Amino acid sequence: MSEIDIAIIGGGPTGLAAGLYAARARRRTVLWERGVLGGQIALTSLVENYPGFADGVLGPDLAIDMQRQAESFGMETVYGGVDRLRREPGYWVLATSEGEVRARAVIVAAGADPVKLGVPGEEALTGRGVSYCATCDAAFFGGEVVAVVGGGDAAVEEALFTTRYARHVYLIHRRDRLRASAVLQQRALAHERIEPLWDTVVEEVAAGPDGQVASLALRHVASGSRRDLPVAGVFIFIGHRPSTELLRGLVPLDGGGHAYVNLWMETGQPGLFAAGEVRVDSARQLATAAGDGVTAAVRAEHYLQQYVD
Amino acid sequence: MSHPADTTDDTFDQDVVKSDLPVMVDFWAPWCGPCRMVAPIVEELADEYEGRVKFVKLNTDENPRIAGQYGIRSIPTLLVFKGGQPVGQIVGFRPKSDLAKHLEAALV
Repeated sequence: MSEIDIAIIGGGPTGLAAGLYAARARRRTVLWERGVLGGQIALTSLVENYPGFADGVLGPDLAIDMQRQAESFGMETVYGGVDRLRREPGYWVLATSEGEVRARAVIVAAGADPVKLGVPGEEALTGRGVSYCATCDAAFFGGEVVAVVGGGDAAVEEALFTTRYARHVYLIHRRDRLRASAVLQQRALAHERIEPLWDTVVEEVAAGPDGQVASLALRHVASGSRRDLPVAGVFIFIGHRPSTELLRGLVPLDGGGHAYVNLWMETGQPGLFAAGEVRVDSARQLATAAGDGVTAAVRAEHYLQQYVD
Repeated sequence: MSHPADTTDDTFDQDVVKSDLPVMVDFWAPWCGPCRMVAPIVEELADEYEGRVKFVKLNTDENPRIAGQYGIRSIPTLLVFKGGQPVGQIVGFRPKSDLAKHLEAALV
């Protein structure tokens, strides 16, 4: 069984920042990523609110640079998942797709996954008109009519982005007002090709004869009335759920599945940290995600010096 | 690292449909962030399956005909071809082990 100092689970900004600090402290550091590096910033286009980038920075560019920076100090990246985590005296044992690994400290930075609508047709039509990434897929809907579901910042931003290609964009929200920030709301509601559909939920995504999305079955929440809305695509942004399955049973989680930690990102289990969107009370911003990763790595280093070295 | 070769609307038939080996096609575009993030995973697979599976990538901006023909509405999408027919489709980013499973299925 291979042995490392610090295991980092998740390759978003939190994990990459933790990896930078851990590796730069000359700890043998391995980061596991089960999807793509960068996490949610890999899905964004221009990041305008990360301090120090006055002209904005492309999310994927930033992610690639963060990885390069951490690897320049010796962090290793493994593209694979960690299935289970168990405690043995002095170690955490990670069960990975390529065997077991012993780590003296573990930083869980697995982030959050997009919430699905959970309606018929959604899963089968993913990639055939159902999308969770307008930045990736809007260009395939040039001149067509599409819908964006959600009312937060992500939904409104993506609705605005989608207007670059689509002829008309319905913004479907289950409430009668948006949750998004004032600036975004103003931009969206003033946009001639964005049409909000208030108090409305999607009950089904239906395909046409070509096997691609053709319409949505909608229900008006207040009146209960139903109707079909012809669209070629639907972009879903109704929030995220923390990826904390690994921590279940090991540390206390709140009702939403977030891990309780203290201000050092400590979970209460020796050498086990939870940082970024997996923890309670996260501001869920790129800068705070990176900050969480740094805090966890600094404390993990302290833990190794204090109790292990 | 093996870098998958580019295929185009014009060469797709030759590169993919008529290939003796199974082929994994990576549909991507320059503006697609996640596509860039998927690339290193595909390159690792290309190394591991060298000689058994052919890897190519298709820029959907420059080659809309093939992207349209196979109903690509989301990128990154990976299609696995065997005997000229698509036998597996992977939309979005998934763990490397999931991608490998699709390849293994095509190799049987």
